[in-house]
Amino acid sequence: MKSRARRIESVLDAVGNTPMVRIPVPSAPDVTVYAKLESANPGGSVKDRAARRMILDALADGRLGRGRTLIDSTSGNTGVAYSMFGAALGIPVELVMPENVSRARKDIAKAFGTKIIFSDPLEGSDGAIRDVRLIVDANKDKYFYPDQYANPSNPQAHYEGTAVEILRDVGDVLTHFVAGVGTSGTMMGTARRLHEHTRKITCVAVQPDSSMHGLEGLKHMESSLVPQIYDPKVPDETMFIRTEDGWDMADALALRGLHVGHSSGANIFAAMKVAERLASEGKPGCIVCIVADRGDRYFAPMKWDKSYVW
Amino acid sequence: MATKVRIPASLRTLTGGKDEVTAAGDTVGALIEDLEKNHPGIKDRLVDEKGVRRFVNLYVGEEDVRFLDGLGTPLKAGDEISIVPAIAGG
Repeated sequence: MKSRARRIESVLDAVGNTPMVRIPVPSAPDVTVYAKLESANPGGSVKDRAARRMILDALADGRLGRGRTLIDSTSGNTGVAYSMFGAALGIPVELVMPENVSRARKDIAKAFGTKIIFSDPLEGSDGAIRDVRLIVDANKDKYFYPDQYANPSNPQAHYEGTAVEILRDVGDVLTHFVAGVGTSGTMMGTARRLHEHTRKITCVAVQPDSSMHGLEGLKHMESSLVPQIYDPKVPDETMFIRTEDGWDMADALALRGLHVGHSSGANIFAAMKVAERLASEGKPGCIVCIVADRGDRYFAPMKWDKSYVW
Repeated sequence: MATKVRIPASLRTLTGGKDEVTAAGDTVGALIEDLEKNHPGIKDRLVDEKGVRRFVNLYVGEEDVRFLDGLGTPLKAGDEISIVPAIAGG
């Protein structure tokens, strides 16, 4: 991955090397918490890393190219990334997403020329996964189906990118890494690399506390189709966060100048809990958590929202 | 009056796997109370002390109850309720 240079040849080279911003936790003065701003990627989310890597690996071994269309199911951010890179590389893109995905993300994907196929909102993202499999099975020659939930290039992007950047940027003081799990690519790849470090680094996964939740992008694994790349043994610990805690944290951080999405609010809430726990045990620490995207991606209303004037 | 309620995948563990159930009530709030009798636990997923939980979307037909009368929204014969979840994962 190239460094954050001022002049680059392609939008693909703008992925990664994201900054980390300090989150003060007054109740834990001996613990430093950093939020790694994956929202600074060119598509606005952490999903740029996985999408870029899945596309480049598939182009390299011939699964993609020769006019093949990339198709996948996505709740949005991966779709934005596929659409952006597809447009940059001349690859047609089709996406299956639940109809209740935020309007902003549908419109962003469409702006890049992507075709969107809607799935039943009541079936959630698992319904979109089932639908894309049916479409691909019926047109095997037309499509390249990266399947972000099962593609090893997804965690590999984090193994070689995110984790390396974190170790480089905070140095040998890192004690904890905190990230939510959706496809689980961020946690699987980053944690594997951090666990290879000589000193113990504790990796904390964040999941919603209930199957019915509002932390868009995260999966409640117990009630979901479990992604093939997800290995529950990789995180050292899983914290189950209430939707309201993630939302309230996102709102509170915005008033301090950091406007993050709801799942990132949950990640930072979890990181602060870890910090407070360390403080209560009288231990110092250094925690890095992931900001997956910005809050403005969730501004746009649902299709039925009548309070919004277009 | 029995009203049809469409249940999202994320709540079907509470409805024995059914994607559609019926419940009685002349308002959305009363209907949720009735749902809770047959499917214990569902009420907490949908409402808190302030009303419909912020991230839960309840529709009567295609209308979000937030823009109707919330839990007080009246129901009439033939109405259909949909519980629409957030999007999970990727």
